[in-house]
Amino acid sequence: MTPRRVVITGIGVLAPGGIGVKNFWSLLSEGRTATRGITFFDPAQFRSRVAAEIDFDPEEHGLNPQETRRMDRAAQLAVVATREAVADSGIELTGIDPYRVGVTVGSAVGATMGLDQEYRVVSNGGLLDLVDHTYAVPHLYNHMVPSSFAAEVAWQVGAEGPSTVVSTGCTSGLDSVGHAVELIREGSADVMIAGSSDAPISPITMACFDAIKATTPRNDDPGHASRPFDGTRNGFVLGEGSAFFVLEELESARARGAHVYAEIAGYATRSNAYHMTGLRPDGAEMAEAIRVALDEARINGDEIDYINAHGSGTKQNDRHETAAFKRSLGDHAYRTPVSSIKSMVGHSLGAIGSIEIAASALAMEHGVVPPTANLHTPDPECDLDYVPLTAREHRTDTVLTVGSGFGGFQSAMVLARPERSVA
Amino acid sequence: MTGTATKVVVTGLGVAAPNGLGTQDYWAATRTGKGGIGRVTRFDPSQYPSRLAGEVPGFEARDHLPSRLLPQTDHMTRLALVAADWALADAGVKPQELPEFDMGVVTASSSGGFEFGQRELQALWSKGGQHVSAYQSFAWFYAVNSGQISIRNGMKGPSGVVVSEQAGGLDALAQARRQIRKGTRLIVSGGMDASVCTWGWVAQLAGKRLSTSDDPERAYLPFDAEARGHVPGEGGAILILENAEAARSRGARTYGEIAGYGSTFDPKPGSGRPPGLRKAIELALADAGATPDEVDVVFADAAAVPELDRIEAEALTAVFGARGVPVTAPKTMTGRLYSGAAPLDVATALLAIEEGLIPPTTNVEPADGYDLDLVTGEARPAEVRTALVLARGFNGFNSALVVRATP
Amino acid sequence: MATQEFTVDDLKRILLEGAGADESVDLDSADFLDSEFEALGYESLALLETGGRIEREFGITLDDTALTDATTPRALIEVVNAHIGQPTAV
Repeated sequence: MTPRRVVITGIGVLAPGGIGVKNFWSLLSEGRTATRGITFFDPAQFRSRVAAEIDFDPEEHGLNPQETRRMDRAAQLAVVATREAVADSGIELTGIDPYRVGVTVGSAVGATMGLDQEYRVVSNGGLLDLVDHTYAVPHLYNHMVPSSFAAEVAWQVGAEGPSTVVSTGCTSGLDSVGHAVELIREGSADVMIAGSSDAPISPITMACFDAIKATTPRNDDPGHASRPFDGTRNGFVLGEGSAFFVLEELESARARGAHVYAEIAGYATRSNAYHMTGLRPDGAEMAEAIRVALDEARINGDEIDYINAHGSGTKQNDRHETAAFKRSLGDHAYRTPVSSIKSMVGHSLGAIGSIEIAASALAMEHGVVPPTANLHTPDPECDLDYVPLTAREHRTDTVLTVGSGFGGFQSAMVLARPERSVA
Repeated sequence: MTGTATKVVVTGLGVAAPNGLGTQDYWAATRTGKGGIGRVTRFDPSQYPSRLAGEVPGFEARDHLPSRLLPQTDHMTRLALVAADWALADAGVKPQELPEFDMGVVTASSSGGFEFGQRELQALWSKGGQHVSAYQSFAWFYAVNSGQISIRNGMKGPSGVVVSEQAGGLDALAQARRQIRKGTRLIVSGGMDASVCTWGWVAQLAGKRLSTSDDPERAYLPFDAEARGHVPGEGGAILILENAEAARSRGARTYGEIAGYGSTFDPKPGSGRPPGLRKAIELALADAGATPDEVDVVFADAAAVPELDRIEAEALTAVFGARGVPVTAPKTMTGRLYSGAAPLDVATALLAIEEGLIPPTTNVEPADGYDLDLVTGEARPAEVRTALVLARGFNGFNSALVVRATP
Repeated sequence: MATQEFTVDDLKRILLEGAGADESVDLDSADFLDSEFEALGYESLALLETGGRIEREFGITLDDTALTDATTPRALIEVVNAHIGQPTAV
């Protein structure tokens, strides 16, 4: 039996500066940045005071007041992105056995905004050790257990198949989609609504990343604060967002005449077993994930046309990742355009992996590789072609997209055109 | 060999439960119906409407873990790390002797390191951002147990974390089996939760499923006419899953096989469609290639919410017939452990297979009308070859897993 | 601004509270002051936690480079005391 192949037939994106696929792609292809000084709260006490925020009004996007109230912002973003993906795919979910439709939602930090906000209330501003249950909102338990995100998405589309949240830190967005692909391949589902969402821009998140100096203190120039692969980079810019996909088995997608963006041809995740936040400079474990993902896709490393990098803009990440590309692709790494969209939309933790899959699929769709914005100063340790500043027309049939996260997770995914010859 | 024909077996157990720390203590208590529910000691619960919990007894992290790890770990991570050590020792596995990419870690989480998070939120809001610990960047998040276990044991293979409240414990084991079928030799799996802190308490109270009884023997009564919600607990189990051939070739003792799994999500409330638990059971049996009459015992989810008990009882009678299979809920002795509950039930099922004894559902007098053969009172001797474990997560997650004795 | 001196005992106490100690390392050994933090079992995360605790307790703000540049206890104690405005006695 030939293994079932899984394709993307619908995309929905909510990213900073780009609500909806069209606006998202405009931002990326024009190389604009959506990072700015934090407006959600007064950030004066924090070392890093920049973020990539979405100007998002849930009711404008069709959420009713009850949905808006009960859902954390990350769940709201997920639901809106899901709706766009389903509409984009043109799939009629009502005609499919609901047990054959599943949901995976990646999220690194769940309902962080809701928890931060509600903790303040029940503790009376942190004064109470014995926090006061009489001030708790009714949906507080849904904030405590982020599986509620998968429930909201499933309710949205009427899915009754395998559903879960995948939470592997900053690789959640890749791992959620990778998990969904495995479920379709093995036959546990025919359609998966898969993606991820995080809305972490809250005081507790700024404080914890301040404490490890992971976020940039470039507060005087917020629009140019996210600088992946640049010699002057000094930390990432926290972001928020969501991207969702309709994933289908290739033959049934073709049978219904669906537009196919890309096949998810290979995926793998590995761990560095080294450190919760640190990375060894050699990139060996990410390279291994890349090797296995290519192997699964039956694609040679030198066939990769574009690498969508994790490129967070921390000193150690960009060096680690560059080493991993060289280790896995050899000299081809030097010949392949590599870019980080985090330079434009920031780092939305568990969401960014899915947003980067969307960017990768759109790069294939348009034959255009998005740039790495704000890249002016070379770094001798980062010596690949990072597509500085402006997008590049570039025929793209195969994309490698990778992620790296706290906990040591290293994930890699290969997107390709389904019509390629598969040996 | 890889693919769906690959058998996956459990070769090691590590247990941290409210009625026993370590597999031996836990099973000694469970087989005799000895519970571990009592008044909360981790904080003063007087002011809250619910005051009982299942707390893991006698756990001193510093006796088991290096001091370097203590400041950066929540209670649930310490329990998970120690249970993983015990499970590996039980399996006779020395991780440093195996290829590092051939071992992975897949755990479930429900609420992460909530107690750690509470402390840091309090520091932030009472004193200011500079008072938040460097460890807050990961110590509370859902992925922390998989990360820490992989680091402590040098495991570089595929790892992962699933969150589907109580159902997640089975989803993690299924994902571990999937990774072994794809070619990884060994996966450390299971789940551990421990949110018995005031912040976690208040959030759980908001979920409106906690029992308000003060009597440890009358508080958590699934399938009883007096069912009134559950008692929350802390703990869970970590299991070592291995490719059966690899386990056999190293001469490992096996507890049993992870033979089948199925998972569904309930329809949106008000849709008029039936709940998904029955379908999950049917999927798991089909996946195991097992007929209902081959199942010797069911470990129930046992929500102790009347509506949910009814749904579970109806699903069981639909698949197995009225009183068609012995059903038990040893979690009446521990409280509901969220992501830790189902891995603990799977461990219990494997111990039941080993001893030929179905542990009891304690304190419960089954209500009329459920038509279940609920094993109440004392443990029931029985040859157990195949067991079905059920787990449901808040909002409608249904998972079912079949374990089978190895021939 | 605090005027209390930051001592070697303060550093040991804060290290133990914030990061514990590697079982193979004796913080009371004579070599402690001039050992590299890495050799003592403290990596960058442990030092960030330690730095944060020192900043809070002594009411100072260390430069971003202070923790990476001060690779030994002696060097860190000197940096901290320079910020406090105290001569270092060790």
